[in-house]
Amino acid sequence: MTQVKMTVNGKAASGDVEGRTLLASFLRENLGLTGTHIGCDTSQCGACLVHVNGEAIKACTMLAVEAEGADVKTIESMANADGSLNVLQQAFQDHHGLQCGFCTPGMIMSASALLKDNPKPTEAEVRHYLDGNICRCTGYHNIVKAIMAASGQDVSALAAE
Amino acid sequence: MPKDGGIGASSKRREDIRFLTGEGNYTDDINLRGQAYVFFLRSDIAHGTLNSVDTSAAESMPGVVKIFTGADFTEVGSIPCGWQITDKHGEVMQEPRHPVLAFGKVRHVGEPIAAVVAETLGQARDAAEAIEVDISELPAVIDMKQAVKEGAPKVHDDLTSNLCYDWGFVEENKAAVDKAFEDAHHVTTLELVNNRLVANPMEPRVAVGDYARGTGDHTLYTTSQNPHVIRLLMGAFVLGIPEHKLRVVAPDVGGGFGTKIFHYQEEAFCTFAAKACNRPVKWTSSRSEAFMSDAHGRDHVTKIQMALDADNNFTALRTDTYANMGAYLSTFAPSVPTWLHGTLMAGNYKTPLIYVNVKAVFTNTVPVDAYRGAGRPEATYQLERLVDKCAHELGVDPIALRRQNFITEFPYATPVAVEYDTGDYIATMDKLEEIADIAGFEARRKESEAKGKLRGFGVNCYIEACGIAPSNLVGQLGARAGLYESATVRVNATGGLVVMTGSHSHGQGHETAFPQVIAEMIGIDESMIEIVHGDTANTPMGMGTYGSRSLAVGGSAMVRATEKIIAKAKKIASHLLEASEGDIELKDGAFSVAGTDKSVAWGDVTLAAYVPHNYPLEDIEPGLEETAFYDPSNFTYPSGAYACEVELDPETGHVTIERFAAADDFGNIVNPMIVSGQVHGGIAQGIGQALMENCAYDSDGQLLSASYMDYAMPRASDLPFYTVDHSCQTPCTHNPLGVKGCGEAGAIGSPPAVVNAVLDAMRSGGKNVDHIDMPVTPQRVWAAMNG
Repeated sequence: MTQVKMTVNGKAASGDVEGRTLLASFLRENLGLTGTHIGCDTSQCGACLVHVNGEAIKACTMLAVEAEGADVKTIESMANADGSLNVLQQAFQDHHGLQCGFCTPGMIMSASALLKDNPKPTEAEVRHYLDGNICRCTGYHNIVKAIMAASGQDVSALAAE
Repeated sequence: MPKDGGIGASSKRREDIRFLTGEGNYTDDINLRGQAYVFFLRSDIAHGTLNSVDTSAAESMPGVVKIFTGADFTEVGSIPCGWQITDKHGEVMQEPRHPVLAFGKVRHVGEPIAAVVAETLGQARDAAEAIEVDISELPAVIDMKQAVKEGAPKVHDDLTSNLCYDWGFVEENKAAVDKAFEDAHHVTTLELVNNRLVANPMEPRVAVGDYARGTGDHTLYTTSQNPHVIRLLMGAFVLGIPEHKLRVVAPDVGGGFGTKIFHYQEEAFCTFAAKACNRPVKWTSSRSEAFMSDAHGRDHVTKIQMALDADNNFTALRTDTYANMGAYLSTFAPSVPTWLHGTLMAGNYKTPLIYVNVKAVFTNTVPVDAYRGAGRPEATYQLERLVDKCAHELGVDPIALRRQNFITEFPYATPVAVEYDTGDYIATMDKLEEIADIAGFEARRKESEAKGKLRGFGVNCYIEACGIAPSNLVGQLGARAGLYESATVRVNATGGLVVMTGSHSHGQGHETAFPQVIAEMIGIDESMIEIVHGDTANTPMGMGTYGSRSLAVGGSAMVRATEKIIAKAKKIASHLLEASEGDIELKDGAFSVAGTDKSVAWGDVTLAAYVPHNYPLEDIEPGLEETAFYDPSNFTYPSGAYACEVELDPETGHVTIERFAAADDFGNIVNPMIVSGQVHGGIAQGIGQALMENCAYDSDGQLLSASYMDYAMPRASDLPFYTVDHSCQTPCTHNPLGVKGCGEAGAIGSPPAVVNAVLDAMRSGGKNVDHIDMPVTPQRVWAAMNG
């Protein structure tokens, strides 16, 4: 066992892990941050996407020990301080960008990273960026709409319901 | 003007708040004190004699609590099958034993052989590697037609062959159907494959078993669409636990699509092992395990023929289908290619004579069962591909041929034993032609051709049957369950109420849509209504959610229970208002006396029910809580017409979906936003089946597509925005809401449109190809174009 220390959602966090423990497992099992989901074992689905030092990272692609000293942000940190949904989360609710909710934390973390780099993405840019996030429920239609709406674009004319 | 609440409003989903903030409570988020973890050692051989499983070295590995093998389960029941088919000779299907852990033989790659329970998952996995398994490999049977040949290796030695059943429907019609083919002016024949799929809800399956030695109570937390069904099947048939000592909880469930209906070995194992180890036992499926252990879907091989008269009227239809059951019978597997498939072969057409033959076959593959649509996508794909082929052989417009043969009068009794109550197939086709902008297609085709691409347009219609029922009929057809739904409405003293429903939400938004119905009925705010589901301890016996049944059946039960509530509340109100019960009206959350200004608020009545000081105690009991079980008198029949436009790159065979339009008739709509979302998701899965998804085995029974690296599912960049419309509404005539169900339509209606469009694109490039099997991969398209 090795002790790792990092900052998670603005707070100091530490725990004892095996060398093989993934960051995704550390967040879920050691810290109880179960909003980060695990949907596959080949780093394809993106349900475990978090931010590490400001970068979008699939938490299954990183060992917990590799995150030593890092600044990690998970879905649990995304709402406004008063607990209300942030602009992106609110757009997902407004545009029905989620159904079962399992891919949703990864989608939100991925989309927020996109909007940081590209504040007004086109439809094609959104779809391309989401290649690492699989959703099986929505057919992506309302996810793409929600992300574009969150960026301040008028999506009402984009597609008929 | 859109409504802002009640039936017909696009109310935002209340469940979204927890899902968007990481506060959902999925089964893998549940960790119990003292819990141990199980890892299943699974067969990497498709078919073999299991000579021995030596766990001695593994037993002493660090952290190991206990190791189980098939020998530990010989006194335990078989994983049950919930539907018995009677074949065309009047014989019941062959039904093999399905052990919790393999015993004597292994029959598919992924079958669990041993289970290691350890302090950590890592330790369980490490110990599993130290188990010595001795298997004598046998020839595997993978191809269905080979499997039913004389002398083929048998998947189950104690069965007479690999043929589960040979079903004929309607057997009495067969001679008349054959005669119609002899008399036909034209016959179109098509042979096709409905590719094997894996449902792939994004949440892998999880089971946590718990046992309280002090009370003898078992609890199973599981990723299920129907916790009561699991409780009954596992308790009564596998482990012998009476229902009052077994609680099954299915909390937030991350998608199901059918694959979480069934009772699986891992659920029985964790429940059994929790008692044997006297501590909670947790299993979390990896995605690779999911591919090897979740029931697969589809996998039909079909020959279908249509007979037409000289005026292009359909006169008869006949089909021969081989349906893969896999190595064992999953919970509802036998019903899928029969009653959920044969009964839909009329489609939207007035074909007077139909005969369907289905041979269900055991193979050394993962069991196959219901996946989104379950039988109806297979029926629709065959029929709608066939009708397109008819049109091209006859040189007529595919839409015109469909319109000519549409059923136009309702109710309509099909020759395959079902009665469609309502529908308007002309209206949905008219709507489709409008929203798909058929008029603009030729201009778009020219644009594509200017880029060196081919463009194709394809349509199809569909009919489906939702809300499978009634119980007495399905019992005659072989169901070993009733198919009603239940609801308890508990009104609290201060007027808020809780609906405890047997339906289960795993993405469908029941927590939002169900309150819309009750809010409308009583005239109170939706926020006063809470939905409880997914726990056998606090919901009435219910059959769960699948087959687009939640609102049509579960919603109807809720309406019936609420009607009882309102009836009792009116009695209380009449007492409070000192008026005749018949004069009491409920509107906008208040009871009033007709023709007067006397009224009493909803909350005053509910308070009186629980604080019955001024109350007619001699006539009615205190309290306000009612339960209803609703058993529908018929299926519901949603229908629609879909159109797909593709662009095909003749250089590479790559196909892109450029436009997709869906015109559906779901009857009445409670929440249009949710309905659109259901259609979007169904379309995406249908496009996935048509273009890329394929669960592939090699001839030795090795699963070639066991991860997301190998099994292709649509990503955002593979799909366009869809145009969906559900303004054509012919309400269901036999349920109180007039709703039909919308969950599966997209997956049923989209594959034929895609394939029809691809073939149209090829034709526009001068390549007249009769058929191409799904998935329509670039390799297959290129080969067809250049073959």
